[in-house]
Order: sequence, then C-alpha cells, then structure tokens
Amino acid sequence: MTSAAAANSPVDGILATASIVLSLLVAAWALVAAVRHRPPDRVQFVGLAVLELALLALTVLALVAVGGGDRPGEPGAFFGYLVTLVCMPPLAWVLARMEPTRWGSAIVCAVCLVAPVVVVRLQQTWEVLGG
Amino acid sequence: MVETRPARRTTNTGPGRLLIAVYLLFAIAATSRAGLQIATRFDEAPVAYLLSALAALIYIVAAVGLARAGHTGRRVALACCSLELVGVIAVGVLSLADPELFPDETVWSQFGSGYGYIPLVLPVLGLFWLWRTRRDPA
Repeated sequence: MTSAAAANSPVDGILATASIVLSLLVAAWALVAAVRHRPPDRVQFVGLAVLELALLALTVLALVAVGGGDRPGEPGAFFGYLVTLVCMPPLAWVLARMEPTRWGSAIVCAVCLVAPVVVVRLQQTWEVLGG
Repeated sequence: MVETRPARRTTNTGPGRLLIAVYLLFAIAATSRAGLQIATRFDEAPVAYLLSALAALIYIVAAVGLARAGHTGRRVALACCSLELVGVIAVGVLSLADPELFPDETVWSQFGSGYGYIPLVLPVLGLFWLWRTRRDPA
C-alpha cells in the first residue's frame, strides 16, 4: 500500500475525478433551479450527500498515504484545503435548508462550483513544487 | 422593486445567506490553514501565519455580523468588510513589492490569487450588500 501510494498522488485518481464531475453536475442542477426560482430540491441534497461521501473517501486515501510516510509538497496548504473541502457539502446542506428559496439553490451551486477548485488545489499542493 | 423591499432589509436572508455561505467557507479555509501552520511551523513565517489567523478571525466575525443582522451586526460586518478590503489590498501590494516579507503564502497574498481572487471580491460584495440592505432614513 505504501509503495502504491508513494508512486501516485492519493488525491489524483478516479475518486478525485469522480468528485469533480459529481460536484459540477450538482452545481449545474442547482444553477438551473436557482435560475428558475426553485428552492433546493431532493436531487441537490442527495447530490451533496454523495459528494460528501466521495470527499470523505478521498480524505481517507490522503490520510492513508500520509500514514504510509508520504508527505504533501505544501503540508499547511494541503491540509487546510482538505479540512475545507470536507466541510463544504455539510455547510451547503445546512444553509440551503435554512434558505428554502432560489438563493438556497444558489448556495448549493456556489459551493459545488468551488469544491472542484479545492480538489485541484489539493492536487497542486500535494505535488512537491521545486522541492 | 417595491415587493422585494421588506425582504431586502435584513442581511441574513436571500442573497445575504449566499454571502454568509462564502464567508463561512473562507472562515474555515483560513482557520484550518492558519491553525495548522501556527501549530506545526510557526517559526518559518510568523508574520504570514499570524496574518492568515487574523484574516480567519475577520471572516468569522464578518459572517457572524451578517448572520446576526440588526444594528450591531451590521456595524460589525461593516467594520470587518472594510478591514478585509484594506487588508487584502495592503497585503497584495506588499507581497508583490517585497515578497521577502511573506516567505509563505497567506490567504491575502497576491490579492488572494491562491483562492481565485475571491478574497478581493468578497469584501466588496459584503459592503455592497450592506449598502443594498441599508434602512431608509425615513
């Protein structure tokens, strides 16, 4: 497990790609809802839940790699992004529940647009830049 | 315009809730980053890390101010957004003019380029939102 993790970045695989795609799909769905003045629907909440599961799995992969002796290139930024990433779907969930208007959908859309960026930043801060 | 007015009086509903969401996001991002950096390698760049912690604190207080709404909440949010705008511009200029001041990046370095320049846009949106929801004098 250690050698496999050492060869590849733990946050740069099928799971990361799936998280990005899922997040963008939920964002698109929420955007349509926001534009149509619709409050967050079941699809958005289920999407957030599945996204959170994927991100938690991604976190476990990263922690396993760290436990196996690997280190991210920029640890401070990497773990900062990781903590932020895991908090994002629950944050969107809670605020969207509080806001049963089009703006609730806008919150889900915004968070799901930012999440892929954070995943990419995770990948960038894992790789050792000039180290 | 007329029918939306009553709803627009408060900072913590509608678009305001979206703004609070982004503020909370940045509060989490800056807090976790600053917390980890201060805990693990404070000696390397104390100024940068303390600045990140300050930014985190401002994001948290701004979010609370917007969420609490009311007179005090608005004042708190106004102060935070102003501080934030000054901070991100000052740090942005300083980090470009004298990179040695900040050996490690902060949330506000290069005008928040590491965070998609959202740190630069956010206080402007916050101030705009406070202005939009201001009470009519009459």
